Amino acid sequence: MSAVIEEHHHDDHHHGPDKGIMRWVLTTNHKDIGTLYLWFSFIMFLTGGVMALVIRSELFQPGLQIVEPEFFNQMTTMHGLIMVFGAVMPAFVGLANWLVPMMIGAPDMALPRMNNYSFWILPFAFAMLLSTLFMEGGAPNFGWTFYAPLSTTYAPPSVTFFIFAVHIMGASSIMGSINVIVTILNLRAPGMTLMKMPLFVWTWLITAYLLIAVMPVLAGCVTMMLMDIHFGTSFFNAAGGGDPVLFQHVFWFFGHPEVYIMILPAFGVVSAIIPTFARKRLFGYASMVYATASIAFLSFIVWAHHMFTVGIPISGELYFMYATMLIAVPTGVKVFNWVATMWQGSMTFETPMLFAIAFVILFTIGGFSGLMLAIVPADFQYHDTYFVVAHFHYVLVPGSVFSVMAAVYYWLPKWTGNMYNEALGKTHFWLSFIGVNLTFFPMHFVGLAGMPRRIPDYNLQFADYNMIASCGAFLFGFSQLLFLFIVIKTIRGGKKATDRVWEGAHGLEWTLPSPAPYHSFTTPPTNMEEAHG
Amino acid sequence: MDKAGQLKWLVALSSLLVSSAASAGWSDINMRQGVTEISHRVYELHMIIFGVCVVIGILVFGTMIVSMLMHRKSIGAKSADFHDNTKLEILWTIIPIIILITLAVPATSTLNAMYNPGEADVNIQVTGHQWKWQYTYLNDDPRKQFKYTSSLVTPQDEIHNVAAKREHYLLDVDNPLVIPVHKKVKFLVTSADVIHSFWVPDFAVKKDAIPGFVHETWAQVDEPGVYRGQCAELCGKDHGFMPIVVRAVSQNEYDDWIAKKRDEAAAVYEIVGKEWTHDELMQKGEEVYNRVCATCHQPNGQGLPPAFPALAGSAIATGPIQGHIDIVLHGKAGTAMQAFGQQLNAAEIASVITYERNAFGNNVGDMVQPKEINAMMTGE
Ligand code: HEC
Ligand code: HEM
Ligand SMILES: [Cu+2]
Ligand SMILES: [Cu+2]
Repeated sequence: MSAVIEEHHHDDHHHGPDKGIMRWVLTTNHKDIGTLYLWFSFIMFLTGGVMALVIRSELFQPGLQIVEPEFFNQMTTMHGLIMVFGAVMPAFVGLANWLVPMMIGAPDMALPRMNNYSFWILPFAFAMLLSTLFMEGGAPNFGWTFYAPLSTTYAPPSVTFFIFAVHIMGASSIMGSINVIVTILNLRAPGMTLMKMPLFVWTWLITAYLLIAVMPVLAGCVTMMLMDIHFGTSFFNAAGGGDPVLFQHVFWFFGHPEVYIMILPAFGVVSAIIPTFARKRLFGYASMVYATASIAFLSFIVWAHHMFTVGIPISGELYFMYATMLIAVPTGVKVFNWVATMWQGSMTFETPMLFAIAFVILFTIGGFSGLMLAIVPADFQYHDTYFVVAHFHYVLVPGSVFSVMAAVYYWLPKWTGNMYNEALGKTHFWLSFIGVNLTFFPMHFVGLAGMPRRIPDYNLQFADYNMIASCGAFLFGFSQLLFLFIVIKTIRGGKKATDRVWEGAHGLEWTLPSPAPYHSFTTPPTNMEEAHG
Repeated sequence: MDKAGQLKWLVALSSLLVSSAASAGWSDINMRQGVTEISHRVYELHMIIFGVCVVIGILVFGTMIVSMLMHRKSIGAKSADFHDNTKLEILWTIIPIIILITLAVPATSTLNAMYNPGEADVNIQVTGHQWKWQYTYLNDDPRKQFKYTSSLVTPQDEIHNVAAKREHYLLDVDNPLVIPVHKKVKFLVTSADVIHSFWVPDFAVKKDAIPGFVHETWAQVDEPGVYRGQCAELCGKDHGFMPIVVRAVSQNEYDDWIAKKRDEAAAVYEIVGKEWTHDELMQKGEEVYNRVCATCHQPNGQGLPPAFPALAGSAIATGPIQGHIDIVLHGKAGTAMQAFGQQLNAAEIASVITYERNAFGNNVGDMVQPKEINAMMTGE
């Protein structure tokens, strides 16, 4: 970062960052805030990862060895919450902060002070959430989906802290999204029409609308819980005339768009990386935009596919089945477009490209299992088994998480001015790739064979594949220390990156020097040929 | 690692996964076909969608692999210039839609069959409890209706790796659900506390047990046998330890079993229905107390404070009787005092309450009839 400071040292008025810790506390700079988000997300990724390893250690063999069921449930719950709200979502907000202004030719985000708040309330939210582990009665133990009444009448006292933490996370997300929307709609350089924006910007714009639409629903959901627990209402309490199924409707009305919140920006990242390393323009730019928009729209009208077994009337089941199957169409369009972009390209396989290709293949596998889950009669057998666990981990780990890693390798030279070590990067990729598949592929098998999810112990018939999955999890987990090492090493030095960095790269961010100056574009760029390749 | 090396790795890894899958028994890694007509249809449906996914996967991933092999810069590939093709794009929107419609047809008809069972021969209410199942064989004649609970019998020693684990580890219960073969059995699924889910994979039956709601599902089993499932919805600490075991038996065997159960139920019904004298209640109450309650509250009613309160002179045991009944029927959440309404019958509960109010120096002098308790237990 010191290089960044020198860049602007000679400006006539002071543009550089403050010194020391206050630089980070008070910063309103999109790059600093992006960096904060990304580091925060990585810390949460490791924290949630340690919890996952506790879970996988317990499941290494049948029998109870390491933890008791009560603590096991706290681990699954906290792992899910931390990965979703602490690792994946902040990582994408971090990327948006770093990249959106540079991609649209803006100096910074539109609402810099709000940007600062929206980051700095997050550590408090997660500190509060994590502190429940040390409370009497233990941390939340009702799953990341926190179905009532397990999470209300039967919850440990720490649930109130959980509710408050969720509120803060929601506020942070909403502020972040407002910022993204305002920035994209107002700060584009002259000539950058909407249909010239890079797909990462497009996907984030749509994601931000999704966030603003559904975070208040989540907030309403946890507020109803709070009322039930402390103020004597009975929204979800059947004994008081309430309806536990209402909880699930409200939760999944948030929850399904939420899963797209975690994947749409990943689509944007991959749509940037594949054309670069195929040295060929993205195939079907316009259809990519329309597909993203239709996925976002459809994501609002399919929520009950998580609830096929709650006893919905057949007409409801059929409607939600058909609507869910429809999502496969725009999703397919995206995959076909990426493949067509690779076709007859001139490909090289640097680390970001490896992660991006793995993304396409493994995300598609997750899409296949998603399609299978959409078929109601079959879902009666799959639901709440390890098959679902396999499905969402395929879309989230080699999906969302791989895309974040691809993005870091791809833009790190622009951010730091240094190239990462390619051999180490590729090693990290292969270890992660093997680890992910060893962990999650066997979960399809045990799920189909009948292993329910969220159990601390299982019948002997599931032993072999659980052992493989646990080994894979440790391989994947420890490989991430290599990632940490590579990133730190790159920040501290390395081969100097050129401005363009990658031979085939297109986009305004590559017209800036490497490392990018503290304020991205102080005068709007004019060369819109760069826009989307 | 060079690029050819990477590809070899890829191929080796995937063939490893495929071959390990193939060498294990197919039933260890695939959905079960089960033993009902519906479960067979579900299995077929699963195999059809799976097949469709495999074919699409081969086409898409195959194209990618060919492209990765042929269109590499290292072998001199030059990039082409196309980035749009409306015909192609329409094609790959339309074809998936057609595939989806062909999938939706069998899915819809199977779902229809699942939702339209017609008249049932046997009706069983399935109630989820933390952490056991209760089965009530419904009958219009309350004399013939009976219920029992079914909980895990796997010993703690097996769970804690002291003793060797047996075949049905975690999948064995004390009192299995018993149903006749070749008959439509309807399950009316509900819950007494949190949400559970009643799942028997061999029947392709999974229905959430939700407090305040009763949802129907059904099965018609064609082969006698023992079928095992588990609770499928996180329901708290022992969610992993509340299996479901169903014994499907021939009609004769079922008739014998049900006759025996009904006789027992009728006997209890008689006992509960009659008017008890104070002495009878006290006598029975003492027996129940010493068998069930004395371990904690002690035979002399002095308890072991602070863990277990004394009942002698206790505010509840000498106060209004309704409070006393409530705590015995429903227990006290978060303490060792369990909900005995789930475990004892109405006569036992009425007598033990009467006993506690009139023993250990307590001298309230009142009593409660099994009939009254029964009314409270069956929901007035
Ligand atoms: C496993 C131990 C245990 C057993 C067995 C048990 N109890 Fe209790 N019981 C308790 C505990 C602990 C409390 C105190 C609950 C509380 O904190 O209010 C209690 C409280 C009570 C009270 C309220 C006493 C008061 O003044 O607070 C009554 C009445 C009672 N039990 C009746 C029974 C009856 C009847 C039985 C047998 C059918 C029984 N208990 C069996 C542990 C037990
Ligand atoms: C083709 C697209 C997809 C389809 C058709 C699909 C379908 C489904 C269905 C039907 C379920 C419910 C299964 C059950 O519980 O029985 C499910 C669960 C889930 N899906 Fe997807 N899905 C798709 C893509 C995604 C994506 C992109 C993500 C996230 C990045 C995702 C994340 C999840 C998660 C987290 C769950 C499980 C939630 C839980 O119960 O804890 N899915 N999916
Ligand atoms: Cu969903
Ligand atoms: Cu359960």
